Amino acid sequence: MFDTCADPAALEGLSWFLCYLTSGKHMMFYWSFLIVLALLAVTAPVALGLGFAGALAARARAAPLRWVGKGYTAMVRGVPDIVFFLFVPVALDQGLEWLRHKWKCPDWDAPIRQGNDFLVCAQAKLPLSSSPQIWHDIYGFTLAVVAFAVVFGAFAANVLHGAMAAVPRAQLETAEAYGMTPRQVTRRILIPQMWAYALPGLSNLWMILIKATPLLFLLGVTDIVYWARELGATKSAIYDYPHPDWRVWYFLVLLAFYLGMTSLSERLFRHVSARLARGQATMAGEAMRKARA
Amino acid sequence: MKKVLLATAALALSAGLATANTVRMGTEGAYPPYNFINDKGEIDGFERELGDALCAKAELTCEWVTNDWDSIIPNLLSGNYDTIIAGMSITDERKQSIDFSHNYYPPAASAYLALDAGADLAGGVVAAQTGTIQADYVAQSGATLLEFANLDDTVSAVKNGEADAVFADKDALVPFSADQGGDLIWAGEDVALGGGIGIGMRKSDTELRDKFNAAIDAMKADGSLNAMIVKWFGDEAATF
Repeated sequence: MFDTCADPAALEGLSWFLCYLTSGKHMMFYWSFLIVLALLAVTAPVALGLGFAGALAARARAAPLRWVGKGYTAMVRGVPDIVFFLFVPVALDQGLEWLRHKWKCPDWDAPIRQGNDFLVCAQAKLPLSSSPQIWHDIYGFTLAVVAFAVVFGAFAANVLHGAMAAVPRAQLETAEAYGMTPRQVTRRILIPQMWAYALPGLSNLWMILIKATPLLFLLGVTDIVYWARELGATKSAIYDYPHPDWRVWYFLVLLAFYLGMTSLSERLFRHVSARLARGQATMAGEAMRKARA
Repeated sequence: MKKVLLATAALALSAGLATANTVRMGTEGAYPPYNFINDKGEIDGFERELGDALCAKAELTCEWVTNDWDSIIPNLLSGNYDTIIAGMSITDERKQSIDFSHNYYPPAASAYLALDAGADLAGGVVAAQTGTIQADYVAQSGATLLEFANLDDTVSAVKNGEADAVFADKDALVPFSADQGGDLIWAGEDVALGGGIGIGMRKSDTELRDKFNAAIDAMKADGSLNAMIVKWFGDEAATF
């Protein structure tokens, strides 16, 4: 990065560290923090959306819809996360490639499964083998988001379902007495009122999501844990910046990062929950809802 | 209109050719000097240089990707990349699921590294990387096998006393040995394992395998492979 870093062997002390910490590899380490934050920023709303749909489906009056909602939460919550993280991206990837294969190479006559091999024509590969690595990274990241969203969506669905059940029946009855249809009751009373009950559960989920991001590495995305391990490992003289096993320092950085993230979110959640609790099930709550709507 | 059609057809065709020729090379990136990620963040090492030379010889466009050792074979089979070039020894067990090219590195010595030369190798605890031929060997040797996901963890296990010795490819252990400034010393005899190191490929990729075989044979014949081995592993390395 700096001109003085051209010959690392000649460096000493502080300037060695400065060059070391700005090496190309370290830049990738710093970049991976952004990847983790991006994953959180994308996954949380998607998971919340899935959870919302799941919770509404589980409450639906049409039986098939209810089965879908209940089945989704029951299945995902019952299967270990790690199995899901290994299964969803592989299944999704092979499923998409299979569909593209059917569409792009209708004349292909060789079987797709040959022994252990999963074979689709070159044009059906996702992303194409010839596309730049960045597309492979984006694709891997997207699969990771989907896997995280499916798993955390199921937990969110359960939390929201419980929160919806916790809204006092009297409030809904009052709405009905005003002549609102069931849909109006759901939209105007149930959903705005349930957040106060849902927040503790959702904040739990968010904390777990933050700490689950190292699973990214399982999905082939090089995240902060991967780089911390890679950078901290013993570096022999074959590297420009040889050093002994420094993994403990790198993991301390991760510790600080995760603690910082969780304590920041905790403060935020405390703030939000104070706001939601204010005037709950009273006229003030109603006034706040109107002000926001 | 006809021209446009022709042009698109030509474009589609050339795009198709480009796809067919891009080979994704999968490696671990944590096994110096075979393969590692250098300080610029690029894949480097003996296998990087060799792979690029082979691709140039076979007139293939190659792109490098890293993958964890644990899942390196499954991800090859599901088509995430097309080759494994990661210091993988050719064994009968692996041959059941994937095919190998001719070896590009002769059967190499594996060695024990320990805190003291008198470590109990036959009955003690020996660390090895999961899914390697060395792990199989330790399991059959009577010692207690302690497996780790990567080489660094196996070496750390010896340093902090969790294991009596680590067993791995000698070339990969050299940087940790006392004669190279490390704090571990060789113990016991070297052991020759495996049928050399080859490029792993899907069984169905026979065309690619033939191309790499031809390129490896050519590099063996003109001596450039030996020169590369000496460059990365030193004068004492086994050559062809």
